[in-house]
Amino acid sequence: MTEKIAVEKKVLSENDKLAAEVRSQLMRHGVVALNLVSSPGSGKTSLLERTLAELNQELRLGLIAGDVQTENDADRLKRAGGRLVQPIVTGGLCHLDAKMITRVLPQFDLAQLDLLFIENVGNLVCPSSYDLGEDMKVVLISTTEGDDKPLKYPAMFRRAKVMVINKIDLLGTSDFDLERAKANARRINADLEIFEVSCRTGAGLRAWFDWLRGLVHGPARAVPPTMGA
Amino acid sequence: MHELSIATAIVETVLQEMQRRQLPAVSAVGVRVGALSGVVPDALEFSFQAIINGTPLAGARLAIEQVPLQGKCRNCGLDFSVQEFIFACPDCHSGQIEITRGEELEIAYLEVSS
Repeated sequence: MTEKIAVEKKVLSENDKLAAEVRSQLMRHGVVALNLVSSPGSGKTSLLERTLAELNQELRLGLIAGDVQTENDADRLKRAGGRLVQPIVTGGLCHLDAKMITRVLPQFDLAQLDLLFIENVGNLVCPSSYDLGEDMKVVLISTTEGDDKPLKYPAMFRRAKVMVINKIDLLGTSDFDLERAKANARRINADLEIFEVSCRTGAGLRAWFDWLRGLVHGPARAVPPTMGA
Repeated sequence: MHELSIATAIVETVLQEMQRRQLPAVSAVGVRVGALSGVVPDALEFSFQAIINGTPLAGARLAIEQVPLQGKCRNCGLDFSVQEFIFACPDCHSGQIEITRGEELEIAYLEVSS
């Protein structure tokens, strides 16, 4: 004879609880937090370098740079003028989780911060499962990848609010079709806000910067994302 | 592959439940894995079996219920099953779709032999 005992518990409830704590701390201080996700090499660090160069005097930016190994990205961001850069080396783990954010958050004086960028580990699969307490996920792809990326990683593109297509200066040198990439992304997520940029030439970045300014100065803060059902 | 982290979270939660409910052994752990949960069932099962040896859960089965994607159109209200991750209403073609099922990552039940 076997008996079933109902449990009904989210597997990641512990993570979600910590993420909710992070979120309420950030909200209390009016800090907007963006969780940047992409494959390795799409240009997350380059986008942040450009963003620092443009907005570092104007907004108070904090950066958390997650990497499997090395603090290279964090070092790049410091060289780009980042005053508040906190590396997280996961030591092989393929994603950041809320506990890691909880550990490094005390390094920041949240009262002195407008915008917190969390650069996740380069991976379009695993980070999609973990709420870090961010306002929204921003997913990057680049024109040197396949334009079917959104179809291959639907969970991530569905959970993101914003997509940045980087390396548009290289359009035409590969088979990447910009319109097809956008259509693929909108099939998964009709509400995605899309930016087309080149971190190398600076093309299209003005719209991205203005959008960030709007996030910080705008009256309506982003609605916290809902994770899972 | 983050299924090992997920399996570890499952095992930790179940061990807590066993202690709380004073269950000496569990023969199966029932979990729901949604199609959009970002978790691969086979990898989860493999990870689960790899880490339960030497714990009170040794020998337990992981019973995975895979939950397909279900959506509701915000425009016309149609409930439909989402195929191929295409979030568009089959009736009115709106892209404003609310996910009603398929993102689950939950421990549903424990099975004990009495």
